[in-house]
Parts: sequence; structure tokens; C-alpha cells
Amino acid sequence: MTSRDSAVRICVLYPELLGTYGDGGNARVLSRRLAWRDIAAEVHTVGAGEAVPDSCDLYLVGGGEDGPQTQAARELQASGALHRAVDRGAVVFAVCAGMQILGSRFPDADGIDRPGLGLLDCVTMRVDRPRAVGELLTTDATVTGPGGSTVPLGPLTGFENHAGRTVAGSSAIALGRVEVGEGNGDGTEGVVTGRVIGTYLHGPALARNHRLADALLGLVVGADLLTPLDDADVEALRTERQAAARRDRVGSGHDSLHRRRRP
Amino acid sequence: MSASSHPSVTGPGARARIAVALGRAVAGISRLTGRGSGSVIGGRAALRVHPGLLRALSAGREIVLVSATNGKTTTTRLIAAALAADRAVVSNSLGANMAAGIVAALGPTAPGTTAVLEVDERWLPGVLRDTEASTVVLLNLTRDQLDRSQEVRSLAAAWRRCLAETPPHTVIANADDPLVVWAARGAPTVIWVATAQRWLADAVGCPECTGRIEFGPSSWHCTGCDLSRPIPSVTVDDTAIVIDGERSPITLGLPGRINRVNAAFALATAHSLAVPLAPAADGIAAVTEVAGRYRVTTVNGRTVRLLLAKNPAGWHEAIELLAPAPAPTVVSINSRIADGLDPSWLWDVDFEILQGRFVVATGERRHDLAVRLRYAEVDHAVADTVDEAVRICAGRPEHRPGAVIDLAANYTAFQQYFERFGGDR
Repeated sequence: MTSRDSAVRICVLYPELLGTYGDGGNARVLSRRLAWRDIAAEVHTVGAGEAVPDSCDLYLVGGGEDGPQTQAARELQASGALHRAVDRGAVVFAVCAGMQILGSRFPDADGIDRPGLGLLDCVTMRVDRPRAVGELLTTDATVTGPGGSTVPLGPLTGFENHAGRTVAGSSAIALGRVEVGEGNGDGTEGVVTGRVIGTYLHGPALARNHRLADALLGLVVGADLLTPLDDADVEALRTERQAAARRDRVGSGHDSLHRRRRP
Repeated sequence: MSASSHPSVTGPGARARIAVALGRAVAGISRLTGRGSGSVIGGRAALRVHPGLLRALSAGREIVLVSATNGKTTTTRLIAAALAADRAVVSNSLGANMAAGIVAALGPTAPGTTAVLEVDERWLPGVLRDTEASTVVLLNLTRDQLDRSQEVRSLAAAWRRCLAETPPHTVIANADDPLVVWAARGAPTVIWVATAQRWLADAVGCPECTGRIEFGPSSWHCTGCDLSRPIPSVTVDDTAIVIDGERSPITLGLPGRINRVNAAFALATAHSLAVPLAPAADGIAAVTEVAGRYRVTTVNGRTVRLLLAKNPAGWHEAIELLAPAPAPTVVSINSRIADGLDPSWLWDVDFEILQGRFVVATGERRHDLAVRLRYAEVDHAVADTVDEAVRICAGRPEHRPGAVIDLAANYTAFQQYFERFGGDR
């Protein structure tokens, strides 16, 4: 379907700061899905204090706790590499705390507003409600492919664990609409500004949502659709998790002890 | 009032005795109605009528507290076995490790009996305050139960505070876990144990200064402050545990590298409490299973070994215990409250190591595991029940007839299988 002379370069940013919730799995998923299609992939892991390359094709930013989140924002701001990469057309996929720091402001561990990187048109604020912890499910979601076409993703499924409320600005669009869970807090889930995509979905997100993984790779390699893979295991997981999220919402099952607020 | 300065001859007061009797009655009712051993609910009832009960029951006793993310049940059992060489010992050995379970364990025992108590890592500050334990054993602190536990760093900070506020006579601690070292290093006497800990991802940021910690082959240090690996006085090799240069040869009844480390903590604890090394080591060596861990049992006529692994650090130790490839293996994952509702930690485990084996995924989160195995390129199947999983393994061409099938499960999955197949419980 597509051919490339060079390997797809994937950059995992600060896994020790933003890697608490298995989000490192997103890089494994992307590199395997490339390899299975005979597209070469290189994964560059950048630790705190190390130089961030500005030449990668796809950047992954994971979720983490409040303190490390602020440190990651400070380092990325000082580096400037991620801004240069986005200007060049790189794709960024950011989860939870990672999405929050890519917006224009976010609350730190003490609830004080901190400046974000401004790569996503959104702000995150602290709100007075219990932390959202549990399954998060959207209705059918789409993203815009490299040729401007609409790429269907199906429902997005994941696990959310956050306290902030995220409000998208006028130039941003939501990634999906919440069916079960909290998401951004206003019935939407995730924020998309150009090729920068943010979400509250852990799980990891790309393990549970293979079409979203392929959509990110499609943006990188310039194809709306990539060769299909054997995704029977993922489809089985998606079916089971969607049912679990809906069961959770109506309050049966042990998960309902923990939460939950209706969308 | 410190435990050592007030040796109790009378034992706990009348109110404590009544509370204990009530707790035992509630536990008895719980057992009779088929709701489990009843120790936790009985302890809860006792604490309700006498909130100071733990303090009362602790007075006048030698108390050892054992806390960690992983290995606390096993190490508690090994310490109890070591101390039993020369004294009576009581222990909460079924893993009932919060205040109620501890009260239930202490309640029925003679007041002078030494207590070895496993303590949930979040409960350590409260239990240390109430018991004024003389010895605290700290094994490790790593990520676990992502959706509900405090961040490991704030747990380390709570440990550090409680050790300063109620200093035990001796802390026995892991020299290779920077979070544990940071929590324990202010204590008056610390016996450091070399563990060669494998899972270090939760400790790369310094708990003191947030600087980066650099790990070498047998050392580590913070690049930003003075936090570094203390010189251990307890080490372990393939044949012996070495304390202050003295070798105690030991052949364990429990498998794996990690249990040699747990045994080193146990022997060091016994040594610090003046138990002679040889009989203490014999007591440790005689332990062959702990609350069903490593138990070999039968599942529908097939021989199966039960293994517990509940988080990335635990899995990285458990994988080496598995029968070598190509022996097929069952892995079972649940995500109930006691497991953590979010099993995304599966992606922090290098399941790639299982390549070359056939793995059957089961448990309530079998599909999450199957996806993880798919991306790890591990040949696998999904089974709705453990019975089916074992049957699939036994039917594989690479399964040697009569060989033990390893069944590795996380916490509530393990408990289910232990209750169903464990035998004499």
C-alpha cells in the first residue's frame, strides 16, 4: 500500500516521568504493527534530562503523576524540539497527563495553573469532583486521514484515571463523544489539533484501539488505510470491554463500587 | 509506652479481653455461615468495641513488622519459621495484613509471644505507631494497583515519616531499592540486605531531590544528591546467606532467586534477635509453600503448580520460576479491587521472554492478556475457564506426559484457584 525508504522514527518521551499506566505499550503496538507490514521502525526512548530529537515522525507522551508531569512540561518547553517537530508535520499522541501538558495550561500538584506547551488548543482545570477512575467508552469516532478523508475508528475504549477537566478551544476538535465515563468532562473525549492528538484513554489506548493506532501510522506514512492485520485478539478484547463498560454504567458488577458518574 | 520497657505480666486489660472474645465470636459465626476464615471481620468487630486494641495487644511483646509491595507474605512466613527455632511465635500468616487481620492474629495468643506481622504497605505507619514494633523489615516498594494505591513515592515518604516518629530498634532493609533506602536511612540501626532487585522503573527519579539515579552492576547513586547504595552487611549467593562475613549454607524448600533474597531477610532478622544461625536457617529451609504459593496440586487429574505474580516487579521474578520452554503455561489475570481495576501494567511486563512457549490466557482479563501476548509474539490461546486452560496445555504436543503445568495468576485469580484446588484449607 505504501512504501518508504526510511524507517518510521517513533520517539517515546520521558517514560520514567510519564509511564505510570502502561502507556509504554503504545510504542510496542506501533512498532509491531509496522514490522508486521514490513515497514521498518525505530523507537527512540528519551529520558528526563536527555536531548529530545526534533526529527522523529511520531512522538508518544504518556500519563503520570502530578509532580513528574510538571517536570516533563518544563523540560519540553525548554527544549523546543517538540514544537519544531510539530511545525515540520510530526504526529504527536499524548495520553492523560501528557495531553494536559500539551494544552495551553494545566494544574500542577498544588492546583496552581502552569503554562502548557500550547500544541493542543485546550486548557485543563482542576474541578471539585471525585477523581474519574474506570472504563471510558466513546461512540463511533473518526479522525481525518492524510488525504483529508474521514477515517473511521469505531468506538474508543480505555481506562481513565484523572482529576482534571479539559476544555477544547475553537480551533480544536474532540476525538470522540463519551458513552460511558468522564472523558474531558463535558461529554467529549480527547482533543485534536492538526496532527497532535490527546486522549484520556489508558489501557494502553493503542492496544485497545487498533484502528486509532493505524490512523496514527497512516498519518506518518501518508495512507488512509494500511494493510489489514489479524486483529482477532483485539476485536475480542474490544467486544468484552465495551460490554464491561456498559455493565459498569448500569451499576451491576464489582466495578460500580468505585464510581461512577454518568456522562 | 514502649514495648520493650513495659514487659507485660498481666496481658491486656479486661476491655481488650472482651473485645477479643467478641471478635472471635464474630469470626466463628462468619466461618459457620461459610464466609471464609472470619479473621478479618472478627478483627473489625473487635476494633469497633476497642479502637485501642492493637496497642493493648502489642504491649510487652517483641514485634517484627514486614512490609513491601512484593514478598511480604512469604518473608513473614520465613521469619516466623526462623524465630520458631527458639521461641513461641504468632503470625498473621494468611495475608490478612491490615489492622483487623493483625488484631485477629494477636488476640488469642499469650501476651509474651513474639509476633511476626505482615503489614500492608499503606498500613505500616498506623501499625508501627500502635505496636511500637522493635524490628521493621522493608523489602521493596514498586508500582501496584494503579487505580487506587498512592503513588509509590508518597508511600516511601509515609514510611520515612513513621520510622522517624516511632523509631524501631532495628530496621532490616533492601539496599538495592532506592525508595526503601531513602525511607529507612534515617533510622538508628539499619541492617542492609543486598537484593540485586530487577525492577527499577519506579526508582529512576531520586526521592530526595528528583535527580536521576544511575544504576551500575552492583551499585547505584543519585546524580544530584548524596543518596546512594549503602554497603550491605547481608548478601546471598547460590549456596549460602552471608551475614557480616559469616556464611550460612542453605538449601531452600522454596524455588527461585527471589526466595533466596526473602530468606536472607529472614535469617538477618533472626540473627538480629539473637536466634542462633544454624537452627534459624534450618527453620527457613523447611518451608516449602506459603499460603498456597508454589503448591503442587491437581486440576481435573492433571498436576499443576500454583504461582502468584501480581505486578510488574513480581512478574519479572516469577517468569524465571516457570518450567523452561517449551513447557506450555497457563497465565490468569483478574482485575478486581484487590488486583487493581486497571491491568494496563501488563504492558510493563516483558512477556516477550515467554516466546518459545505456548501460553493459555485465562481469568477475567484474559482478552487483555491475549492482546499483550499477541504483541509480544508469544503463541497463545484464550480459555474461558481454568479447567479448559489446563486441558489445552495438557493436550499440547510439547507437553511431556506427567509434567507439572505451571499456573501463574495474579492476586484474586490465585485466591480462587487456591480455594478450589488447594486442598486442605
